[in-house]
Amino acid sequence: MIIHLSQPDRNLELQGPKQVKVILKELKIVAETVLVIRDDGLLTEDEMVRDSDSIEIRPVISGGA
Amino acid sequence: MKCRKCPGKAVLSIPRHNTALCSPCLTEYAHAQVERAIGREKMCTKEDKILVAVSGGKDSLALWDMLRKLGYQADGLYVDLGIGQYSIRSREKAEAFAESRNATLFTQDATPDESIGIRELADLVRRPTCATCGCIKRYQFNRTAVDQDYDVLATGHNLDDEAARLMGNVLHWQQEFLEKQSPVLPASMEGFAKKIKPLYRLTEREIAAYCVVNSIDYIVQDCPMATGSRLLVYKEALNVIEQASPGSKQSFYWGFLDQQRKKAKSDQPSISDQDRATLHPCEECGQPTSATICSYCKLMAKAKIHQKVS
Repeated sequence: MIIHLSQPDRNLELQGPKQVKVILKELKIVAETVLVIRDDGLLTEDEMVRDSDSIEIRPVISGGA
Repeated sequence: MKCRKCPGKAVLSIPRHNTALCSPCLTEYAHAQVERAIGREKMCTKEDKILVAVSGGKDSLALWDMLRKLGYQADGLYVDLGIGQYSIRSREKAEAFAESRNATLFTQDATPDESIGIRELADLVRRPTCATCGCIKRYQFNRTAVDQDYDVLATGHNLDDEAARLMGNVLHWQQEFLEKQSPVLPASMEGFAKKIKPLYRLTEREIAAYCVVNSIDYIVQDCPMATGSRLLVYKEALNVIEQASPGSKQSFYWGFLDQQRKKAKSDQPSISDQDRATLHPCEECGQPTSATICSYCKLMAKAKIHQKVS
């Protein structure tokens, strides 16, 4: 599968299929800080991502002042 | 995962409420939280004219969208901070949102001219960029709300913002800031607009999910100036705690608000009383300040000196 990450923008590949929560754990990403998106739709942590899928892991944390 | 409210498929789990929601139920939940915030804190009514501080990011665009859908009269103000491509793209997002919804958006420039950006201003006054940016935005949003006769100024601060800010204020025991960390600040004296934070019951993740399911196109990239900001460090720490113990962020901030409400019922002076006792009009612009000249006018004076020299 291809995973698009932001800040900085980059792609990485992982072998699928894998559950969303497993992907986040492998990438050491706290679930509360991101959304996982496939084809413009949100994925919950229990969903399976196929090897042929492309997903976006979008950060939701922002802020300065 | 199934939606806990209907037979639909869930798109977001919300561990702090031990629930999971489909797209329509998520939208309904977000609207209900905003309505509850507005009602509980007596933020505004549907007769009020609301000015929304718009950045092009998820929070301000979601807030503007929700207020309009809930029947409030809400216009937007975007302040261009001159941060290169980030400002160009965020302005485009704000303008596209307004245009697609036939909503009114005012735009202003934060700096005196294009040759001086927010980073240069921050260097001139030897303050962090985020603090300088905050000073300019607070001034321009407040001033526009007052000058254009808006009843309320609404900002997109969310539960994560407020919990992180509270953590910073507690860690450094900044008592004077703690007292003003309410989702509503009154128009305590002439020159101050009433300020409200209707998203304080929603997390950043819930708001971002609201944007995705409602096709709100926002700037995903964070402000490049925010890299390394302490607020982000506090948010990271709180999210680690939240992951291990869902509900911690809301119990931290909402618990603080409960304490503040109890305190307000005692005979201590209100925020309005304190403001009237300590603030007076700035000699340059007339906006309320505790000094002779307000921070914004001092900043702009330094920027003008810089322009003459260079």
